[in-house]
Amino acid sequence: MNWSTLSIMRLEVLLTFMVLYQLIADLSEKENKRSVIDFTIIFFTIITFIGFLPSENTTLFGSMYINDELRVFFKNILNVSTLIILLQSTGWLNKPENQSKTGAFYLLIFSTLIGMYFMISAGDFLMLYLGLELATLPLTILAAFDKNLRRSAEAGIKLLMSSAVSSAVLLFGLSLMYGVYGTLHFSEMALLTDASTLSIMALIFFMAGLGFKLSLVPFHLWTADVYEGSPMPVTSYFSVVSKGAALFTLALVLYRVFGSQPNVWTMAAYILSITTMVVGNLFALRQKNLKRFLAFSSITQAGFMMLGFVNSDALGMNTIVYFMLIYSLSNLAVFGVLSIVTNNTGKENMDDFNGFYSTNPRLSLIMLLALFSLAGIPPVAGFFGKFFLFTAAASKGFYILVFIAVLNATVSLYYYLLVIKAMFINKNETPIPNLPSTGYEKLALSMCFVGIVVIGFVSALYDYVMLVVG
Amino acid sequence: MNPLLILLIIPLLTIVGIAFVKDLTKVRLVSAIGMSGQLIFSFILLYLFYQQRNTGNTDDMLFVSTTMWYEAFNIQLKFGIDGISMAMIMLTSIVTFAGIFASWQVEHLPKEFFISLIILAGGVFGFFISLDLFTMFLFYEMAVIPMYLLIGLWGSGPKEYSAMKLTLMLMGGSALLMVGLLGIYFNSAPDGGRLTYDLTEIAKVNIPLAAQLFFFPFTFIGFGVLGAMFPFHTWSPDGHASAPTAVSMLHAGVLMKLGGYGCFRVAMYLLPEAAHELAWIFITLTSISVVYGAFGAIWQKDLKYINAYSSVSHCGLVLFALLMMNETATTGAILQMISHGLMTALFFALIGMIYGRTHTRMINEMGGLMKVIPFLSVIYVIAGLASLGLPGLSGFVAEMTIFVGAFQHTDMFHRMATIVAISSIVITAVYILRVVGTLLLGPITNNHYLDLKDAQWFEKISGVTLVIAIAIIGLTPFWLSDLIREPLAQMIQTLTN
Repeated sequence: MNWSTLSIMRLEVLLTFMVLYQLIADLSEKENKRSVIDFTIIFFTIITFIGFLPSENTTLFGSMYINDELRVFFKNILNVSTLIILLQSTGWLNKPENQSKTGAFYLLIFSTLIGMYFMISAGDFLMLYLGLELATLPLTILAAFDKNLRRSAEAGIKLLMSSAVSSAVLLFGLSLMYGVYGTLHFSEMALLTDASTLSIMALIFFMAGLGFKLSLVPFHLWTADVYEGSPMPVTSYFSVVSKGAALFTLALVLYRVFGSQPNVWTMAAYILSITTMVVGNLFALRQKNLKRFLAFSSITQAGFMMLGFVNSDALGMNTIVYFMLIYSLSNLAVFGVLSIVTNNTGKENMDDFNGFYSTNPRLSLIMLLALFSLAGIPPVAGFFGKFFLFTAAASKGFYILVFIAVLNATVSLYYYLLVIKAMFINKNETPIPNLPSTGYEKLALSMCFVGIVVIGFVSALYDYVMLVVG
Repeated sequence: MNPLLILLIIPLLTIVGIAFVKDLTKVRLVSAIGMSGQLIFSFILLYLFYQQRNTGNTDDMLFVSTTMWYEAFNIQLKFGIDGISMAMIMLTSIVTFAGIFASWQVEHLPKEFFISLIILAGGVFGFFISLDLFTMFLFYEMAVIPMYLLIGLWGSGPKEYSAMKLTLMLMGGSALLMVGLLGIYFNSAPDGGRLTYDLTEIAKVNIPLAAQLFFFPFTFIGFGVLGAMFPFHTWSPDGHASAPTAVSMLHAGVLMKLGGYGCFRVAMYLLPEAAHELAWIFITLTSISVVYGAFGAIWQKDLKYINAYSSVSHCGLVLFALLMMNETATTGAILQMISHGLMTALFFALIGMIYGRTHTRMINEMGGLMKVIPFLSVIYVIAGLASLGLPGLSGFVAEMTIFVGAFQHTDMFHRMATIVAISSIVITAVYILRVVGTLLLGPITNNHYLDLKDAQWFEKISGVTLVIAIAIIGLTPFWLSDLIREPLAQMIQTLTN
């Protein structure tokens, strides 16, 4: 442990300082937490920028901790998403009943983020597990954050239970792996992987464990209730950051550790992809509550992500990462609009959005673009993400899978259009009034908006993803 | 700079312009100026095109410019046109121009309406100038998606149902298309080398037969859905009937041509062997389209439904002719695309104008309109006569060429299919004359109609532009067939070898 170690782990270190700062700031008696919010956001913006500074490719602690360009890039994606969520959460934190929770909210968010950093940087399955737990436990508290609401408490308990089970499943997989290979180090395991029955079983259990976090079908049952029960910023954190971290971890493990045995996991990905897309879609069709709706829509999107895993080459990982990046921005835009609406009116049903365009044209337009992006309609970014993902699957000859996926994309377009229909076409006597939004919320939405509109046209971003994935 | 890009820049600037102006008149003005500019530029482009050809430039594609976009997938921004795309560009700009004037009276959210309409048109322009399958697909979807809002917001009748049905069916079609395009892409370099989306490059490659047979149905049906091929036509009557005037015009006039164009340029041209092997299936389906559409039109009472079914019939004829795969028939197909594009746009424009006056589209509720609104009625008759193939108007030239070309096949199957398709001419005459008879002639059924005003200036612009175009093609079809002859000959050669 010396200065260079600190500079390599600078994101983790800085975040730990943020956590400590929250503890201290919470001691102050002041009722108004505005200054804490401002400081946190400014400081986190700085952290986000620091993440983009060049860093050394190296390993620490006997290669328990790996730092390279790819992992830094993953962390940067998570940082930007978290920053947008922090900006969005200002409206929610400014509400009088939430002001006393500001410190705790930030504390928990940053703790889970540290956990996710460790998950991504792990060079050893034990480290990965440690990170996973650190990422999960604070999330259960966050889910139950509206503690006076029954459904929020329910969400917390549900998440706690299901993540306990998923941890157990994952640990079982890890123990099998240790039994097979005699090590849990990534670099050592990568040389030993084989396709023995036991190692397949170990990998399946591992994928199932992470599948809970990614809410893949059949491990998705907690998703809708937890999304619905949690406060809005937490829900968007679940659907973007938590999911992103799990996806990146899965990608790192499968491509980097089990990369030489693709047959073992591409078939699992094939099946998971189809079940997840289809079931997610079928349930999304009939949702009236937008949070539940987005829960199932994000399950469907996870199904699309799994599609990339059928390609075990670098192309597969490129497109998965690229898709996740675009999905994050699109989903955050949807959640951004939704959180402005719920904070001001408490409404979150699809019918409440009837006539939304007549009173809030800008928010509606952002929502429109974001939903098109999720559905994969050009010229917004989602089209490119989806097209490349399907290209990756097709390059291995899985045309039928691609066909099923594109059909599912069409079905998903149906329910995204339902929201658009509510906003633009449906009439309403008493539409949601023109909503005020804080400067932070505007900034968050503009970031998403610019991202969704511009990313597709800038091929350099994809080239960069390709470069770091290697 | 490539002059073709101006075709995309003008719509873009118009959209930006509309977004920044305030009141209704200015919105109309900006849209009209923008699309007039587009029309004028199309003529300039036509002039430049001829100039290039006259100076001895015999390249297949003119004005080609290539910019690498996504290096990793070899996706290029490659634009270029040949005679066929030039003709389609002319069609699109004429119909869009007429469409803007036909929707002069849109007062509900005019900004949004004109922006969506111009996005649609821009997508179509982009599609016709693209030489890269990826950008082609991108523009294709961009042209389709504004339809949802256009029909859902400004439509009439069961508009929400129709809008959803249309969008989902067309997007379902593009799902098939996407698989087809990916298949073509991954087989675009069977001897090793770089995979490509470049249309002209793929045309030089022999894609393995097994792959062709697998992907041809995906690609052909994918585009065929947009070309309203039986049994994937069901979105068309509902969609057209519910859509506002200009949208029906653009959609039936131009967007459905994307289907035919794509079937020819992508599905058949790139997968020629499969096109030969599987043509019989699609010839059968399209002959059914032709006759079924015509019969469908007979039973309808709503003017828009009549026209929508007649579009199914006529667009079926386009695909039918393309599948005949000889030069005469395909020339007819392209002529039919242009001719049908113009006259169906004219029809929908007139239906919109008549509906705006009588507030009904049911033919049995109207009568004797010739006496009160002679200008519109006369144009309606002209459109009708063009539709049933009267010599001197565009429909005759197109259909005649198609059937002559189709009859050049001497085998039983093609002959039978051709005879079935020809029978549609008679049926067309039945429904057109029936409409003209009850709607325009005869006694005035409703005294309320006596106060109706004839066409206003913007309606006249819209109608007269289209009538002139129809007459020009009808009277002097040779300049159009000259324009398309060379690229067609070259494509047919690829198809037959």
